[in-house]
Amino acid sequence: MAAPLTLLLLVAVTVRAALFRSSLSELISERVEVVSPLTAWKRVIEGLALLDLGVSPYSGDVFHETPLTIYLFHFLVDYAEVTFMVSVKKNVFRKQKFALEADRYPLDCLELIRSPKEMYYIPLKVAMFYLLNPFTILSCVAKSTCGLNNAIIALFILSTIKGNVLLSAIFLSLATYQSIYPLTLCAPALLYLMQRQYIPVNFRRASFWWFIVQYAFMYLGSLFVIICLSFFLLGSWDYLPSVYGFILSVPDLTPNIGLFWYFFAEMFEHFRLFFLCVFQINVFFYTIPLSIKLKEHPVFLIFMQLAVISIFKSYPTVGDISLYMAFLPVWSHLHRFLRNIFLVSCVLLACSALFPVLWHLWIYAGSANSNFYYAITLLFNVAQILLVSDYFYAFLRREHHLTYGLYLKRKDGSEATLVLK
Amino acid sequence: PNIQQGRQRCIYGEVSPTEAGGGSDSPAPKPAASPPSVPRPKDDFQEELVIRPLHSGDIYTSFQFRTLWETDFTRENKVSHYRLFPKSLGQVISKFSVRELHISFTQGYWRTMQWGQPYLPSPPGAELWVWFQDSLTDVDGTWKELTNVLSGIFCASLNFIDSTNTVQPSASFKPLGIGNVTDHQIVCTENLTPWKKLLPCGSKAGLAVLLKSEKLFHSSFHSQAVHIRPVCKDDQCKTTSWELRQTLNVVFDLHNSGQGKNEWSLFKMFSRTLTEACPVASSSKIYIDITDNSQGEQFELSPATPLLSQAVVLGDRRTFSVYDLTQQITFGTMRSLNLLIRGKSSDMLRPLLHAERYVAGYGLQTGEIHTLMYNNHPYRSFPVLLLDSVPWYLRLYIHTLTVTSKGKDNKPSYIHYQPSKDRVRPHLLEMLVQLPPNSVTEVTLQFERALLKWTEYTPDPNHGFYVGSSVISSLVPSIVAMDTNNSRERPLFSSFFPSKEESSYFVRVYTEPLLVNLPTPDFSMPYNVICLTCTVVAVGYGSLYNLLTRSFQIEEPSPGLAKRIANIIRKMRGVPPL
Repeated sequence: MAAPLTLLLLVAVTVRAALFRSSLSELISERVEVVSPLTAWKRVIEGLALLDLGVSPYSGDVFHETPLTIYLFHFLVDYAEVTFMVSVKKNVFRKQKFALEADRYPLDCLELIRSPKEMYYIPLKVAMFYLLNPFTILSCVAKSTCGLNNAIIALFILSTIKGNVLLSAIFLSLATYQSIYPLTLCAPALLYLMQRQYIPVNFRRASFWWFIVQYAFMYLGSLFVIICLSFFLLGSWDYLPSVYGFILSVPDLTPNIGLFWYFFAEMFEHFRLFFLCVFQINVFFYTIPLSIKLKEHPVFLIFMQLAVISIFKSYPTVGDISLYMAFLPVWSHLHRFLRNIFLVSCVLLACSALFPVLWHLWIYAGSANSNFYYAITLLFNVAQILLVSDYFYAFLRREHHLTYGLYLKRKDGSEATLVLK
Repeated sequence: PNIQQGRQRCIYGEVSPTEAGGGSDSPAPKPAASPPSVPRPKDDFQEELVIRPLHSGDIYTSFQFRTLWETDFTRENKVSHYRLFPKSLGQVISKFSVRELHISFTQGYWRTMQWGQPYLPSPPGAELWVWFQDSLTDVDGTWKELTNVLSGIFCASLNFIDSTNTVQPSASFKPLGIGNVTDHQIVCTENLTPWKKLLPCGSKAGLAVLLKSEKLFHSSFHSQAVHIRPVCKDDQCKTTSWELRQTLNVVFDLHNSGQGKNEWSLFKMFSRTLTEACPVASSSKIYIDITDNSQGEQFELSPATPLLSQAVVLGDRRTFSVYDLTQQITFGTMRSLNLLIRGKSSDMLRPLLHAERYVAGYGLQTGEIHTLMYNNHPYRSFPVLLLDSVPWYLRLYIHTLTVTSKGKDNKPSYIHYQPSKDRVRPHLLEMLVQLPPNSVTEVTLQFERALLKWTEYTPDPNHGFYVGSSVISSLVPSIVAMDTNNSRERPLFSSFFPSKEESSYFVRVYTEPLLVNLPTPDFSMPYNVICLTCTVVAVGYGSLYNLLTRSFQIEEPSPGLAKRIANIIRKMRGVPPL
């Protein structure tokens, strides 16, 4: 286990190092699919340069990172490449440890039970999926701070899986501090930790509420501490509208792979606020229904939440996508129930190839216009949604089979088909 | 230039207006008879015209009308007795607590290398800069009201000046020197008429009769400006009086207006001749630059005049023939003066400071602004202050700023950078750069182009967006000793920028405005985009809704239609179904 993992790490580091030193790194760090106004390395450098000039980085509209990031990079700016690679490796270690733990022993159907042999290779597969995913490589070479955010989320998942309530709360508050959306990961974390501590999820039980209060206290406390630390760094609250106001109100319409930019570029002024609220609520809205449906399976819930955040957030990049895609090997036992996987993977590959082409045609060649790039964005997001909902369907179907048996028969004895009603 | 921080607040505005119609009604000031007990306010009006044939064959004419008025606008009892000073401007000064005001409307770009330095530099488009009194508290509100009032007075769309194109520079502009980046705009006849109305004699007498719009606007360069500032009466500056200067600079093209012949006359340039001086003017003069030409070409000036004058202007000692319009003898027997100028004048002094600016890069994502500053002095270096105001939709990255002279890095000794805020204020960059002798200094800055909301584009978005001129101000070393005695009577054109020391003079250079293309969304698509994006969100919502609210069931084949009807009837009868 250790040997293949080390080999994998070596390969990954080599690929990244090679790309760092080549001329492609300049090109990649400019790509809008890989970096967004929130995560671009160029903007981090700009923020540090503004700080050197004596101007607050938040007085302008170029820098949207949190103050702790300034603090971090102030010391590490020369070792930026190394930092990003380390965060990637950390990410991987966390993921594979998590994958080991995330097993659940199924009930009766022998075919559906995963053999320990299968399970043994899952961490390696997760690591491979993450490290060798072209999206991750691009994100790392571009030095997008998305890698750091992914590392924090991975650490959060690890600490949750291990059952460490305090660390889980701290990492979650860090992740929320970096970008607001991981707030929705509170629910799966709570569910998992309660499950681990054998607290039944029942509104009438006092232990349920007591645990929630504890967790909320730890979470809010660490969040408060981090926010106050950020205040003391620059001595002002300027960063709040610059970071969180920016994420929520989407003033910058730089094209990216998400749905927000063109929608708000073409929005009638009168309805702008309304649709902004609708789109932002859309991200947080699935938490409660998904938690209710998946309260027995908080790990899958984490996967679903991460996917929903990556698709519907205001400035998505391919780094966010690679985070939830790294989880897919964990659900490899669902493959027999997936319906659209071939179509979805073809669409995703085609769109990934078409993004740079249509961008070039619009911006450089001038022979296409923004609609082309927008269309591919739409298609890409539809493919992602189909992928996520397909996995959800497969998961629910497997659960159904586990409860009712794999080969189902109709009343007259013939083979049954299952539908959603 | 001085780099002390002024205590008063100075606001600088740029404008992108289109021509605006409408008339202003600044009342024509009438000389009124005041009761003998009230002391008559002392005011003085001077007018002058300077004509300078340029080396390229074009001809440069510069009108200046100056009204000096000893009054105190800040006094409690309002000033109500206006004689030579226009009432509209007097009311503007007192109502908005203005200390200095400079507004200019320019069409065309001044070609420094072909025409030399102008007497009064101005950037293409409109610019307005104002210096408010200390006592003013609400600067932003006053600024907005002031721009609206001025757009009414000058029939210009200055009300487009708002916070998104206004800057408050810290160093470049001192009382008397404030730079502003301006936008391209078309100056038209509707701006000239209200400007002429501010003159005491209007356009009926004096030099202003020459200002007829059909000829003035048919020129390579046309700039009209109004400058209001307090001036000291003596060296100790115990009392100040208000000075209003109205200037009009025109460059007539050799081929367009001159029909290719190197022969100019007042009638050819303005289609008018002069008949009398303005009666209320204390001095009314015409200066023709006749500095000896070294090429030996014939330079003819008729009618001849005995008056000669020498002045040191822009670092060069020039000789002028003077026509005094207050003397009846100037007009001769025909009672009209039509100056005839034939031949070229001497080579002008090569401008010591010169600047160019352009945009580099390709595509609609990024670009680079390059500013080139030329120091043509053979052995002296001098510092220049560069002021750049770039609109917010070109996101500048200050860490990419490079300044190189002669191939080597030249670090500026002072940088003041105020980053932009989207849709609120533009970028402001001020730098003090030392230009080495006989060199070109290149300042480069990278930027990223933003995608705007579809309503924020101009009606012709593929034309591009204008970036106003950058301003370069400097005290340039002078070969000829400048005249620092300010109290002596001097021609108006040499006294606008008073020199504090003999060895240098103040020069301000404006670069070209830039035209930058931004990526555009498809303007015909708002409904389509909203529908399509909402469809994608609905696909997500629908799939998840289905999976969350439905459960798996075994599908039973539904019975045929006949059986179903039979079942309904049986249910009604109370009999178990088939």
